[in-house]
Amino acid sequence: MALMGENLGVYYKKDQWIFKNINIKVSPGEVLGLSGYSGCGKTTLARILAGYILPQAGRVSVDTKHLIQKKFRPVQLIYQHPEKAINPLWKMENVLTETYTPSQDILDAFGIRDDWRKRWPIELSGGELQRFCIVRALNPNTRYIIADEMTTMLDAITQAKILHVFLDICQSRKIGVIVVSHEKSLLHRICDRVYKVGQLC
Amino acid sequence: MLEQLGRKEDVLPYTGKAGNVRKKIIWMISFSVCLIGFIVILSFILSNDNLRVNNASKNLMPSFKYLFGTDWLGRDMFTRTMKGLRLSLAVGVFATVISVTVATLLGTVAAIFGKKIDEIISWFIELFIGMPHLIFMILICYIVGGGIQGIVISVAMTHWTSLARVVRAEVLQIKSAEYIQISQSYGKSVWYIARKHVMPSVFPQIMIGSFLMFPHVILHEASLTFLGFGLSPQTPAVGIILSEAMSHLSTGQWWLILFPGILLILVAKSFDNIGEQLRILLDPTSSNE
Repeated sequence: MALMGENLGVYYKKDQWIFKNINIKVSPGEVLGLSGYSGCGKTTLARILAGYILPQAGRVSVDTKHLIQKKFRPVQLIYQHPEKAINPLWKMENVLTETYTPSQDILDAFGIRDDWRKRWPIELSGGELQRFCIVRALNPNTRYIIADEMTTMLDAITQAKILHVFLDICQSRKIGVIVVSHEKSLLHRICDRVYKVGQLC
Repeated sequence: MLEQLGRKEDVLPYTGKAGNVRKKIIWMISFSVCLIGFIVILSFILSNDNLRVNNASKNLMPSFKYLFGTDWLGRDMFTRTMKGLRLSLAVGVFATVISVTVATLLGTVAAIFGKKIDEIISWFIELFIGMPHLIFMILICYIVGGGIQGIVISVAMTHWTSLARVVRAEVLQIKSAEYIQISQSYGKSVWYIARKHVMPSVFPQIMIGSFLMFPHVILHEASLTFLGFGLSPQTPAVGIILSEAMSHLSTGQWWLILFPGILLILVAKSFDNIGEQLRILLDPTSSNE
């Protein structure tokens, strides 16, 4: 029972490998950190694990099964830029309930106010939008969450608050979390293990 | 939570100066719609008797009885102009609907079904854009054999290209958007994504595109009939009215050409105005102004 990537390798141009032979594993309830320099493939790795792109080598399995493209993927990715991850023509209400209807507890925990739901995305700040993205990913069927620079755009206090709530919920639901960040201090503070991507480059 | 923070007033909807722009836009749109509606209604009310040849009232200047004067056969120009504009509008609507459908279909197909098909469709678009509109329309009209159907087909065949390009670009851009990939990761079907994510952002472009296409279509339709392709001379079409009036202009009958011409421009401009104002109104970044 784990989200596993075995011998993953990927390139965008033939034979110019971004990384190769990566083995990565997250168990339910575990928090794994991914660190590395800019451009070393952190985001690419995150997108592979979430099933957005297929690797040129290796395989990804979720609880020993392959990801099925047509169904709700149990691995959810939270993007760095919430303003791009939300359809600008949708009211926040629809964004929030695209997959499921979140309970009031979760909304309160993240401080999502009721009147925000009637607004357009451009009428909320990045941090406020990001809360919606996090709640959206916390579908009851989600087993693993990959947070790709999820809180980078927030100030330190909000960052701490949101991460705290987020990790609490993941802990209580036994959701495996991968936190992608370049802030080593943050990773060491919240993660059980830290995996360094691209030692070669 | 709201009461605790005691900041209810930040949350209230947009008041003050806002709404003025919106009000002005709505006024402009309703003015244009009224003008077009007025012409359509008048064209139905006015009796066909006014179009009969009447020797008693030949070549009259504009007066209260004959608002736009009469022509050399004694026909009331006001009635002819209104009925001619109605025909132009009908042909325009029909041709626009066809071109918009073709444009939407080809644009979407080009954007979705991979590189090969995109190249083929883009080549066709360039082919159609490269040829001068009017010559191409005359050619098609001639092949089809004239008449109203000839005009509709030729106008529809030549006007879809620019809108198809817009639709293609829009779909291409939105196809790779992150929120669509996320929707896919939720296991949403292609149909759901097309309906809920792609359509809402492409639809305004299509609607505005068709409103902006309309004046072109009307003017081209008028020029085709002006050149004598298509309709029989007794049909009240703006193009025919104008081309007939040409030969009487030198005898000083300026009203034959002035009023129908002005009205044609007004109608075309009204549609252009509706399209332009809708564009401003539907743009989400200005929707609250």
